[in-house]
Order: sequence, then structure tokens, then C-alpha cells
Amino acid sequence: MATVSVRQYHRGGFSFENCKRNALLEADINKLGFSSPAARKTGTTICGVVYKDGVVLGADTRATEGMVVADKNCSKIHYISPNVYCCGAGTAADTEMTTQIISSNLELHSLSTGRLPRVATANRMLKQMLFRYQGYIGAALVLGGVDSTGPQLYSIYPHGSTDKLPYVTMGSGSLAAMAVFEDRYKPNMEEEEAKRLVRDAIAAGIFNDLGSGSNIDLCVITKGKVDYLRPHDVANKKGVRTGNYRYKHGTTGVLTKAVTPLNLEVVEESVQTMDTS
Amino acid sequence: GSLMMISARAFGDNAQMKEHHYTGPVEHKFSPYAFNGGTVLAVAGEDFALVASDTRLSEGYGIHSRDSPKCYKLTDTTVIGCSGFHGDCLTLTKIIEARLKMYKHSNNKNMTSGAIAAMLSTILYGKRFFPYYVYNIIGGLDEEGRGAVYSFDPVGSYQRDTYKAGGSASAMLQPLLDNQIGFKNMENVEQVPLTLEKAVQLVKDVFISAAERDVYTGDALKICIITKEGVREEIMPLRKD
Repeated sequence: MATVSVRQYHRGGFSFENCKRNALLEADINKLGFSSPAARKTGTTICGVVYKDGVVLGADTRATEGMVVADKNCSKIHYISPNVYCCGAGTAADTEMTTQIISSNLELHSLSTGRLPRVATANRMLKQMLFRYQGYIGAALVLGGVDSTGPQLYSIYPHGSTDKLPYVTMGSGSLAAMAVFEDRYKPNMEEEEAKRLVRDAIAAGIFNDLGSGSNIDLCVITKGKVDYLRPHDVANKKGVRTGNYRYKHGTTGVLTKAVTPLNLEVVEESVQTMDTS
Repeated sequence: GSLMMISARAFGDNAQMKEHHYTGPVEHKFSPYAFNGGTVLAVAGEDFALVASDTRLSEGYGIHSRDSPKCYKLTDTTVIGCSGFHGDCLTLTKIIEARLKMYKHSNNKNMTSGAIAAMLSTILYGKRFFPYYVYNIIGGLDEEGRGAVYSFDPVGSYQRDTYKAGGSASAMLQPLLDNQIGFKNMENVEQVPLTLEKAVQLVKDVFISAAERDVYTGDALKICIITKEGVREEIMPLRKD
């Protein structure tokens, strides 16, 4: 007796079944008159520059939900490892989770190799993850750090391509920031000059791009030291209101009040200190 | 070998490469409208009216101008605030100004605020099937010298209000005005009539708050103060980011 087996063509790779399902759901929801929740994007201006002793990364601090500011002071420069930091633009959840996942894997890898992590390693891990998701993870990153090979700067796109360059910008304000870089960048700058350049590039994004705003965060990475300057420059102070809008007691009317006393007696008391060091 | 960069879309369901890379029908369309942002606000008092607007003109993620106010003076007792599509704002205000002149020449008197409002309604409804993409708010003094505010939708529906916000940050301003001027959702509060000084302070404060959260609102605030003495202007800077 012969068994007949039909071989399924092995396609491999990521399954995009959910993407088809999401597209169908999206169409149905619109017919009913509702809209699916929009992912919060960071609008954003982020940039990085390689200078004499290391790299300087910069970012604005505005997160938008549509054209409304959701967070006026969010942190877009993410920790990857003690010597590597990453700025993120695009979908806020994607940049946060992607950098955290790679940071965690890099720490394990670093313990395995017994060495300080390399920027190229973080770059390879990020691009391989983003390519695997075919652009569905909306994370556009500026990765910078200093390792045994020297200072390095990469820009990483949502579909998984990367560029290793001396100066990069990403986000909706990238054109404004790049205009500043193309005007004033030169190789082997001093630290103060590099900080000033990055600060001015982010400022160009903050004032000329509606998706970017609020403050300028900087991260200066050199061999053996990281300066996480948040904020480096409060470019926009919150407007001062002259009126007093405090409500007096009784403004919210109390309709009914019911007081129920709980008659409890202390039976036993013990104290256990928590180690908060 | 050569490096091929082929997108996943080039492959069909059975994993064979598609013969032609057809992405499906793509419809291109020209839109006659653009959204240029901006917020307007008008408040009516016992013997005054305020019409305020921000001065930012934007499109998409970019700024066209930081000094483009949306208040237009029509007469000594009436100011109109227009926000939405800037092209239609300009055309509409030109038409209103022409109609004001025609009325003056025919009737030998200036149009009252109420008359301008009624006329604007008919002008807007005249383009019911290709509307002016403009959110209008008229502020002025009525025939008895009391403050008047008339608010419109793009096709001419209007009503007289005590206060109204329109434009991109209207949803942020209106509830605050409902609370502070209309005393809504409050109890045990003495309902004092609104003075000019308090109203100006309130208008400045609400715009400061709107500029914090609405990307289209910012740069500067222009307030037109209408009293029996005429129309006075006050300008205040706002956030520029």
C-alpha cells in the first residue's frame, strides 16, 4: 500500500497573514464610519555628526498624534550600550521597542564576547530586524558611538538599509537640519564646534518643521565618556499665562455624601525595611 | 554575479515571479483646496467686541509665513476673522469689501454687523456645491452699541454668539471659553459680567495654551479690540516651534 504525500511548497520568511487581515479590517472599519487608532509618530528632527574625539547626537523633544502635540518633552535619544546611543524617528512605539530589544541582545552578546560592544554590531542587528519586518516597523534611526574601531555614525531606514556617514539627519525636520550641516560641516571639528553645529541643526528643524519642537537634547560620546545633555538647550519656553484659573472649593457641586466609619483595631504591627540602594 | 534589488511585490502568490510589476490601479486627483492652518476667536462684551487670531500661515509640515494675520477690518465697528484655505480667505474678503462699497453707494450708510452677517451667509451658500473652505467669525458692535459675535460654517449656516473659536485649535479653545465666559460646569460661582481687560487677558492665555499643543498655532497673536472709539490692535508673540 503506497502512501501519497503532497509536498507543500516551503515559502519560509515572515508570515504577512496579519497584514492582509489588518488591511481588510481597515476597510471594514471605514465603512462603519469609525477610524482605526493612529500610531503616535514623533514628527521629529534627529541628527548626528562625527568630530575629532567622537560623535555628537542630537534630537528635538516633540511627539505628535496627528497635528496635536502629545508629548512636549519626550526623550528620543535611546541607550543601546554604555558606548552606543541611538536617536529614533517615526512611530514612537517602534523606535522605543526596537532600540530596547537590540540593547538587551547587545548586552548579552557583550557578556558572551567579553568585550565592549561595537557600533557596527548594533547596526547589523538593527538592520537585520527591520528588514525582516519589511518596513512594517516604522523606525528611522541615527546610531552613533565610539568603540575599539573608532567613532562611527550610521543612519538606518525602516526597510533595513543603512548608511555609514560623517553626518546624518532623519525625521520630518531632516531637510532643515541637513541644510545646516551642508553649510557648516567640516571634518575633525572640536567638541564645542560640533555641539554648536548639532544644536543649530536641530534648532532649524524645531523652528521650521511643524512636526518638531520644544527642546534640544544632545548626546556627546567619546572614548570612555558619555555626556547625555537633556536638555542641552530649552529653545522654547512654555508661555506664561497671566490669569489665575484655580477653582474655589465648592465649584464642583456635591450632590450626596455618605460616610461609613470602619471600626478597625490594630492587632499586630511589624516593620520590614526595603533595600532601596 | 550581479546584485538584484527586487521588491517582495514582484512575486505572486505561488512564489513565481510576476511577469509585469502591476501595483494595481492608482487614482490621481487634483485637489482645489489646501489647508493653511490658523485659529480665530471672537468675544462679545457689554460695550466691546474682540476678534483675535494667530499669525502663522502653514501648509503640510512647513511654514509659509509667521506674519499673516487672519483678522480683516471691514468697518469701524466690524472685524471678520477667516481661517482655513488662505486662497479662499483672500477671495472671500475681497468680495465682502466690494459688497460693502456697493451697499454704501446704494444706501448711503455703512453696513451694520448684523447686515454683514446676513449677507455673508448668502454669499457662502451661493457656492454651496463648491464651497469657500473658510471658517468665518464676525465680531463687532450691534446697532445698540452692544458687542456681537456671529459664527459661520463653510456653507453659510450662522448664529449670533457671545463667544466662539474657529480654525485648527477651535476644539481646544471652545471648551475653555465655555467654562470661563459661559460659566459652564461650575457651581457656586458669581457670574460677573466680562470686562474688556479680563477678556483680553483670557484671550491671550487661551492662545498661549493652544500654541503649546496645536502645531498650526503659534508665532504671534493679533487682537482687534472694537469699541465705540473704533478698532484698536494689540500684538503679542507666541511660541515659534
